[in-house]
Amino acid sequence: MITRKDLTHIGWLSRLELSEKDIEKYTPKLNSVLDYFTELDDVDTEGVPPTYHVLPLSNVFREDEVSAQGGSLTQEEALSNAPKTQDGFFKAPRMM
Amino acid sequence: MWASINELKEKIHAGSSEEVVAEYLERIGRSKLNAFISTSGESAISRAKEIDANDIEGPLAGIPVAIKDNISTRCIQTTCASNILKGYVPPYDAHVIERLKKAGAVIIGKTNMDEFAMGTSTETSFYGATKNPWDMERVPGGSSGGSAAAVAGGEAPIALGSDTGGSVRCPASFCGVVGLKPTYGVISRYGLIAYANSLEQIGPFATSVRDVTTLFDVVAGYDPRDSTSVDKEVNYSSSLENNVKGLRIGVPEEYFGEGTDEKVEKAVRDSINTLEELGAKTTTVKMPHTKYALAAYYIIAMSEASSNLARFDGMRYGLRTEDSDWHTTFSQVRASGFGDEVKRRILLGTYALSAGYHDKYYLKALKVRTLIKQDFERAFKDVDVLITPTMPYPAFKLGEKIDDPISLYLADVDTVPINLAGVPSISVPCGFSGGLPIGLQIIGKHFDEATILRAAYTFEENTDFHTKRPEGM
Repeated sequence: MITRKDLTHIGWLSRLELSEKDIEKYTPKLNSVLDYFTELDDVDTEGVPPTYHVLPLSNVFREDEVSAQGGSLTQEEALSNAPKTQDGFFKAPRMM
Repeated sequence: MWASINELKEKIHAGSSEEVVAEYLERIGRSKLNAFISTSGESAISRAKEIDANDIEGPLAGIPVAIKDNISTRCIQTTCASNILKGYVPPYDAHVIERLKKAGAVIIGKTNMDEFAMGTSTETSFYGATKNPWDMERVPGGSSGGSAAAVAGGEAPIALGSDTGGSVRCPASFCGVVGLKPTYGVISRYGLIAYANSLEQIGPFATSVRDVTTLFDVVAGYDPRDSTSVDKEVNYSSSLENNVKGLRIGVPEEYFGEGTDEKVEKAVRDSINTLEELGAKTTTVKMPHTKYALAAYYIIAMSEASSNLARFDGMRYGLRTEDSDWHTTFSQVRASGFGDEVKRRILLGTYALSAGYHDKYYLKALKVRTLIKQDFERAFKDVDVLITPTMPYPAFKLGEKIDDPISLYLADVDTVPINLAGVPSISVPCGFSGGLPIGLQIIGKHFDEATILRAAYTFEENTDFHTKRPEGM
């Protein structure tokens, strides 16, 4: 069971500001979904390995070189959607 | 206007691509379906003129195509149906878009979807719900509801969607069109804005198996920019064959369980009989872990989503609220930008991955995923394809399920196991219930799209469900 206090904490971990009203609204819905997830408790998974990926792919490497084919953007393109920029940088708010 | 790629090619040959593109744009302009978030009228017309003037050739030369709004299109707004990406204009094309452009296709617009592809009804879009062309009071399915409704409503001859847990096949079923989810890795996900990247694939929509195959051939292929892309060129158009003699069909009874509409079950069993009459052989197969697929799917998808959507911070693109300190701004941007369902999934995913709960939820789901994958491997030792309903029932009413997440999630019961296993699957029209289309799901082995396309094509060549069109469009 997620309590209202848990939800405030998860909201912080998720960087989602939640209002009192959101917490009121979400808590029962999230708990009904979590309750449904307990179905998996019935499955015996002793000794079963997890599947992170369906295909037997190993790491794919390439040379660390700039190439248009690798999907590199110009600085102008990279900044074209930024809400705030300064001197060719993304402008973020102060840390503290 | 409903026309096949070949019919449109003749039309373009006799007239021009410009005329064809203009006709579709005009249709979209007076539509009430809300299938599109944006149309690219001017650039589409100028591209069509260019194709006409230079006699540009290609498998889709001059053919209009609609693109789900989570696939990046250079210079065309791409929103994922979210407020957080309103006004975002990608500086690059997804791999599938590069391939479409090379093939001569003309992008006419970006289609509506559930916000960040999280949904089964296209009702969670920030830009309003899409309506089902067969009944304006019903949902088109989701999350690629705009793409399916556009094709079913004659507003685009072909379209691309994406399928994480059924998001191509569900709307194909609800809208009475053909939709394919390829094997994981066959189509590059470069430029597809991620929701749950171990599960999702881009997939084509059309009114026929032939056109779906043509579009699939164009967009599939190796791309070094997606590290899960498989080095395998595909060409299935040339091998489509009206022949299922000796085809071994497996019918997993678990897919006809409680909650399956009687008319849906009958239509699917009748379709299996049709294929038997054409020479296929049917056996019952057991897939005992099917009932656990839904919970495993949602835990994995939400966990991956909570990580993938961390990139939306308002710094590099998208919505930005009034600046405060870093963490507060970050949290407020996301609070204002995301809708309820996206927030719920991020919160649950974060919870499922958090200290103390990771093993109980996420790791457990990954182990169940192994068991589900093994169910498929066992079944495919004895059969070539599996046939099931795509959806347990026809399209439901707008607003009917949106306030109850569990009942909405349950609609995905027949589609999510396929994504967990990474196998290919196609939905084709196979009947009607109360005037609403029913979809037949044909599932294949990894990389064996050839067999499911052949089965689907043969079914289509011997039935007429795919030729039916909604009235009043």
